[in-house]
Amino acid sequence: MKILVVDDFSTMRRIIKNLLRDLGFNNTSEADDGSTALPMLQNGDFDFLVTDWNMPIMQGIDLLKAVRADERLASMPVLLVTAEAKKTQIVEAAQAGVNGYIVKPFTAQTLKEKLEKIFERLEGAA
Amino acid sequence: MEAQISTEGEVQDLLPSLKKLIADIESGEGDKAQEGFDELTRIRESQLFSEMGAMTRQLHDALRSFEVDANLADVAETQIPDAKERLNYVITKTEEAAHRTLNAMDEAAPLVKSLGSTAVDMKARWLRLKRKEMDAGEFRFLLDGLLVYLDQVEGDCGQVNEYLTEVVMAQDFQDLTGQVVRRVIQLVQEVEENLVGMIRVRGGAQAAAATAASDKSLEAEGPQINSDGGADVVSDQDDVDDLLSSLGF
Repeated sequence: MKILVVDDFSTMRRIIKNLLRDLGFNNTSEADDGSTALPMLQNGDFDFLVTDWNMPIMQGIDLLKAVRADERLASMPVLLVTAEAKKTQIVEAAQAGVNGYIVKPFTAQTLKEKLEKIFERLEGAA
Repeated sequence: MEAQISTEGEVQDLLPSLKKLIADIESGEGDKAQEGFDELTRIRESQLFSEMGAMTRQLHDALRSFEVDANLADVAETQIPDAKERLNYVITKTEEAAHRTLNAMDEAAPLVKSLGSTAVDMKARWLRLKRKEMDAGEFRFLLDGLLVYLDQVEGDCGQVNEYLTEVVMAQDFQDLTGQVVRRVIQLVQEVEENLVGMIRVRGGAQAAAATAASDKSLEAEGPQINSDGGADVVSDQDDVDDLLSSLGF
């Protein structure tokens, strides 16, 4: 499974990559905002997107919408990992078609659970 | 305010028109006299307009200056205390992260040390075995000890791994505090622009437009610095999960 991790803070990208590696996902790439992530997604063969919300140039929510609007990427599972904690924001992300929503600060256990839940649903739907 | 013919030049401008008007009246030219009157009125009107223009400019500058003052008042009353709270949040977060990291190290260090020293002991006994210096009883004791040691390695390595993950997770402070510090930098920039704008107004030059950033309802806000951020803010991951499941997730 090839995963793209998008966050403007390199420390957070490392943390998420580190946790993913512990969970057995070794094939990860990084991008620092939506505008660099989108072309990578369009040109790469990614299976999963983990993204922050608050980033310069192109925010995570806009990246999510762009992914859903792109025919070839539309079905890609997207997990938001963000400090944005307003209910209106969570609702907006849900309406935009997010597969999971984790608020920072989070634990390794939370990431594991959310990933498992997303995969369960995908297998159930398939 | 009444428009006044104030300068020598303006009086001179009026003189030819006035002389012509008087001449027209004296010679009984009614139509031309009417034209003369209109001409004089036009000159006076244009002076009135330029006075009004000057007054409008003064009013505009005064209003602009008032706007800048109002922005500064908002900065002083709400944004500066908010910035102080944000910076305190940064201190708390960095302190927590440092302690989390050091605590994990404190827990992991004795485990690693103990594994190392037991390995030294086991190695010495194995070397005695190789040199055939060991009797049967001692050999059985060594075999039992080895099994205990392998169990210890297995368990302690798992624990050390958890402490390492804890160290990794403690680094999330950099993202959270970074977002908050960026906002404070933004505020400092706004204050600077406001002050520069005010100095320009006071100096009589045209004020620089100091427009405050408009509040969009769904603009990203960064971390909530209070756990109780209000009714619209979730307090933890459970709240997020509840909200999402209420939406059919």
